[in-house]
This record gives sequence, C-alpha cells and structure tokens, in this order.
Amino acid sequence: MNPSNYIILSALLFSIGTVGVLVRRNAIVVFMSVELMLNASNLAFVAFARMHGNLDGQMVAFFVMVVAAAEVVVGLAIIVTIFRSRRSASIDEPNLLKY
Amino acid sequence: MPATGVFSLLWLLIALPLAGAAILLLGGRRTNKWGPYLGVLTVVVDAILAIWMLLAMMGEGAEERTFNDNVYSWVFAGSFKVDMAFQLDQLSMVFVLLITIVGSLIHIYSLGYMSHDPDRRKFFGFLNLFVAAMLLLVLANNYLLMYVGWEGVGLASYLLIGFWQWKPAAAAAAKKAFIINRVGDVGLSLAIMVMFVTFGSVSFDEVFGSAGQASEGTLTAIGLLLLLAACGKSAQFPLQAWLLDAMEGPTPVSALIHAATMVTAGVYLITRSNAIFDLASWAATAVVVIGVITMFMGAIIGCAKDDIKKSLAGSTMSQIGYMVVAAGLGPVGYVFAIFHLLTHGVFKAGLFLGAGSVMHGMKDNVNMRRYGALRGLMVITYGTFVICTLSIMGIPPFSGFWSKDSIVHAAFESNTLVGVCTVLAAGITGFYMTRMVAMTFFGKARWEDDVHPHESPKVMTIPLVILAIGATFLGMALLFWGNIETWLEPVVGYEEHEIAIPELLLMAITLVVVLAGAAFAWIQYARREVPVLEPHGNLLTRAARSELYGNEINDSLVVQPSFWLSRFLVWFDNAWVDGFVNSSAAVVGGFSGQLRKVQTGFIRSYALSMVGGAVLVVLALALVRLS
Repeated sequence: MNPSNYIILSALLFSIGTVGVLVRRNAIVVFMSVELMLNASNLAFVAFARMHGNLDGQMVAFFVMVVAAAEVVVGLAIIVTIFRSRRSASIDEPNLLKY
Repeated sequence: MPATGVFSLLWLLIALPLAGAAILLLGGRRTNKWGPYLGVLTVVVDAILAIWMLLAMMGEGAEERTFNDNVYSWVFAGSFKVDMAFQLDQLSMVFVLLITIVGSLIHIYSLGYMSHDPDRRKFFGFLNLFVAAMLLLVLANNYLLMYVGWEGVGLASYLLIGFWQWKPAAAAAAKKAFIINRVGDVGLSLAIMVMFVTFGSVSFDEVFGSAGQASEGTLTAIGLLLLLAACGKSAQFPLQAWLLDAMEGPTPVSALIHAATMVTAGVYLITRSNAIFDLASWAATAVVVIGVITMFMGAIIGCAKDDIKKSLAGSTMSQIGYMVVAAGLGPVGYVFAIFHLLTHGVFKAGLFLGAGSVMHGMKDNVNMRRYGALRGLMVITYGTFVICTLSIMGIPPFSGFWSKDSIVHAAFESNTLVGVCTVLAAGITGFYMTRMVAMTFFGKARWEDDVHPHESPKVMTIPLVILAIGATFLGMALLFWGNIETWLEPVVGYEEHEIAIPELLLMAITLVVVLAGAAFAWIQYARREVPVLEPHGNLLTRAARSELYGNEINDSLVVQPSFWLSRFLVWFDNAWVDGFVNSSAAVVGGFSGQLRKVQTGFIRSYALSMVGGAVLVVLALALVRLS
C-alpha cells in the first residue's frame, strides 16, 4: 500500500475535525471533533513511522493518546460543571470573559 | 616671606571668629547667657593680634612686609592648583585693623543696643561669621579663596539684614541684597575663569606677575568683570538698589557691614587688582565713570530721604563712589582710595552708631521729621555725631578733610572734569549732612507723644567717643605719622603729578563749596521750620526720594522680564512637555482600547484565531522550505 494515501486520509480527517470545531455549536460535538483531529495526527505519525522504517512515530502516537485521554477527562468535567449551572451545552453561551 | 613669629598666627585671625560663630550658632539656647560676650571676645582678641602684627610689620623694611602662610593644599586638579593660603601685606594689614578694631567697637555697642532682643546670641553669631568671612576675603592670597570670603560676607549680610525675619520688609530686603550681590558675583567668577584660562593660575602672585603677557583685550575683559563684582558688593551703579533697603537690618549691622567693611570689599578688589587695571585703561576709565555716577547718585538720594539711616546709606554710596573714582585713577589714586576707605570706615561707623543711639532714645523711630532739638538731651551722641559730620564733610583738621582732599587733588591730576565732579559732590555732601544734623539735633522738637528722648547707656556711648576721636585724628595720624603713601606704595604703586592750580587754592575752593552747601542746608532746615508731613517737593526732590527710580528701572528691566520668562516656561511645560507626555500615554491608551476588542468572549472566535495562526505558521515554514 502506498503510505502517502494514509497521509492524505490523515489530512482529510484533520480538516473535517477542524471544520467541526469551528462550526458545531454543541460542546460535546466540538470535543468529538477535537478527538478526530488527534486521531488524524496519530494516523499521520504512524504512517511516517512506516515511511521512515523506525518506530519513533509510533512512540509519539502513544504520547498523543495519553494526552488525548487526559484532556478528555478535564474537558468533560468542565462541560458537565457548566451544564449543571447553565442547563445548556452550547459553547456560545459562556461569553462573560470578554472586554 | 614665610610667616614667622606673630605672623604664624595669621590663621587664628580667621579661626577665632569662625569658632565663635560655630559655638554660638550650633550651641543653641545653652549659650544664650554668655554667648554675646564670647562673640565680643573673639573680635577683641583679633584686634589685639592685629595691632601686634602691625607693630611687628612696622619693624620690617618696606620691601619685606609681605607674609605668606600656606595652611593646606585645597584644590589640585591637574594643572589647576589653589591653596588655602593667606597673605598679609601692607594693604591687607590696614584692612585687618579696620575690620577688627571697628568691629570690636561695634560688637561692644551691640551689647547695649541688642540687650532687649531675645535673639541676640544669634546676632553675635552672625556678626562673628561676618568678621571671619571678611578677614578671609582680605587675607586670601588667591582669587578663589577670596571668592569664598566674598560669598561669606554676602551670606552674613543676608542673615543680618533679615535678622528680624518676621518683618516682611526685612526679609524682602535681605533677599534683594543677596540677589543683586549675586549678579556682581557672576562678574567675579567669570573673571576667575578668564584668569585661569589666560594665566593658568588664580593666585595673586602669578596673575599679577604675568599680567603684562596677556593681551589688552583680555585684561580689559577681566577688569570689567571685576568692576561688575565690585559694583555688586559696593552698591555702585547699576547694582546700587539694595543698599538703602538693607537699612532694615539692626543699626550695628548697617554700621559694620554697610558702611565700614563689606561695601568696601569692592574697592579692595579693584585696588588689589591694580596690576590688571594699570594695563587696561578702558577698564580703569569705566571704573572712574561708574564712580562719578554713583558719587552723585548717592549724594542726591541722601539729600531727600527722611529716614536717617537711608540718608546715611545714600551717603555711604556716595563716599564709596569717591573711593571707586580714586581707585580708577590709577597709581595716583589707589593710596587715597584706601586712605579714604579707612577714615570713612571710622566716621561712617560713628555716624551710624550715633543714629542708632538717637533711635534708641526715640523709640526706634527713624523718621527725621519726628526728631528735632535733641542736642541738649543727648549730649554725647550730639557731640560725636557732629564731629563725624565735620569729618565726612571734609572740614579741616578732621580726618575726612585729609582723605577727601587727597582724592580731589588726585582727580585734578588726571582729568579736570572728574576733579570738578568731586568738588561738586563734596558740596552736596555738605548739604545733606548738615540737613541731617539740623533736622535731628536743632530746630523745634517735633516728637511724637509718648517719646522721651534720653542719652544712651555707656556701653553705647563709649564706642561713639572712641570713633569720634578716630574721626578727628586718624587722618592726620595716617598721613603724617604713618606716611600712608609710602606704606602702601610697594603694593599699589604711587605717583604724583602737578596740577594747574596751587594746592592750597584747590583746598580753599573745595572748602568754600562744602560750606556753601552746608549753609544752604542750615538756612533750610535749622532756621526755617521743618514740616512733620513731607512736602510734595519739586521734580528732583521726588525723584531723589524714589531713589532716582532705581527700583522702578530694575523692576522693568529685570524683574518683569523674569516674570514673563518664568510664566512662559510654565506655560511651555504645561502645554508642550506635559502635552507630549500625556498625548503619548493617550496614544497607547487608545491603541489598547481598540486592541482589547479582540477579546470577544466567544470560544469559537478564539478557536478560529488559533486555526488562522497555525495556517500562517505552516505557510511561513513552507515558504522557508521552498526558497
């Protein structure tokens, strides 16, 4: 298989994830899009590891997965806390930290 | 010559009153009881030392009467070396005697005059400070050290004029004196700088030794700058306005500082710098012109002032004008300038202390229109005042006659016009002094209701008597027994020329002019009634009463422009400097006010800006990679 196909796939997944972060209103969906971006970069790292012939990229993929897990924990905790007081999961709602 | 024997105590002359001042001023209220007596003691010891040094000096030969005492090296900055060193020669000797002896008498007089004043310890401290500074001035052997003494006497004058500082008039007069003095001091400091640049040194020996090598322009510049300094200190035109206001100070101050010693420092400066003035004829001419103008100014002002002290101050201005004229005439006149300085110091101190005695008996009233018929009630004061008056008018055989006539003679030796001016001024002197005596001691009593004139206590009248004796005999003593021309000749040089008219005829003409002025004043003020309210007077009288509009001229030429300048600078500071600072702050504030609008609070906008930034970074990397 041509590894560059995986890179193209990774790029596509990353763009879809970016658009999702920018466009979707529901906080959970934004998080899902962020997970999508992280997975896309994982795929890119593993594909490059395959292209270079060593396992450095796969090591980085591990790190990324750990980071993603930790980030999800914290992020969901924040969203649930906000939801408890505001009864809304929209990310346009909390806009008080402004000028 | 190095200072040996009694001359090794030269530094003590300055140290004693300086220590007295320090003890009295720093010791505070603890020294209140014995402070005044310590102040008197230091100056009396100085006088005794001075007389001892005079006797030792007279024992030396005429060419060996200069004693140098180098105390320590003060400034050594590369090629500029100035030592704290003293020089006692014939010229400084006579000044030291004048300062210490007249100073002692005035200190003793002040024991009585200031006996009721709660601040009298401070007064004696300041007086001692003055004596120390004045002695430093005349004993310094270089211009820079002399400048220290010069400033010191200016400071002491400020402190003493404003002694009763709770009086607004006194505080203003003290400020005025100091500021006008400062203008003159600019002249002295610039002269010192020019001397250093030209001669590489400011000590008397080196400056006078190499004076011949400088260009005439440089010497004229130095001479004019020194003249400016002398004008400030000696209240000569155009810096004369402070002297009459200085009479706000206590009378012993007026006697010591503004009659006998400080105001004569200018004459000392010119005479000491004779080597420079001899080579710069334009500067010497300027000195004579200033002297003649002031001679007349002072005399005219003295004729119209009803305040006895201000009239005497006008007289001082005029007499110093005489001395300045004599000093400007060159070697024919230096000796007589100093001669008149000495006799004037004695009889003017006597006149001022006598005026103080009169004021003491008249409840500190200075208005002569409220005096009258005091001669029977204050006999000693009257007698000494009349003796000193005869002396200042130049009536033989009193001391003023010898010194003033010598100046008239020297003036005629150089320039007939100047000579005629001196004779005329002598006539005006006769007028205003007789006016003063007539208004004070003769005529009808014009006293206020609760005034009981009485003679002053002995501690005040004994100095008066001593000064009157000096005013009688000092002239003859200095001229015939002391041979003042030959005494001062090694320092200032002495020449004598013939004049067109015989000497005795000139003396007679001068005497006639003086007596005419006196007779005119006698008829006006002793024979006729003196009005208690001052009459309107003709144009000249009113001008003289306003001090020949000196204050108005100073105001319009200097004071108002200074106010405009400071107001302009305040406006400039507020509008431009503050404006610049404030507007740069406003720009930054405005910029940040716009920039903070980026913080919208919307998460999605932040996310968008992050994506935009990432894209830019990627683009930049791509560009770098591709190029």
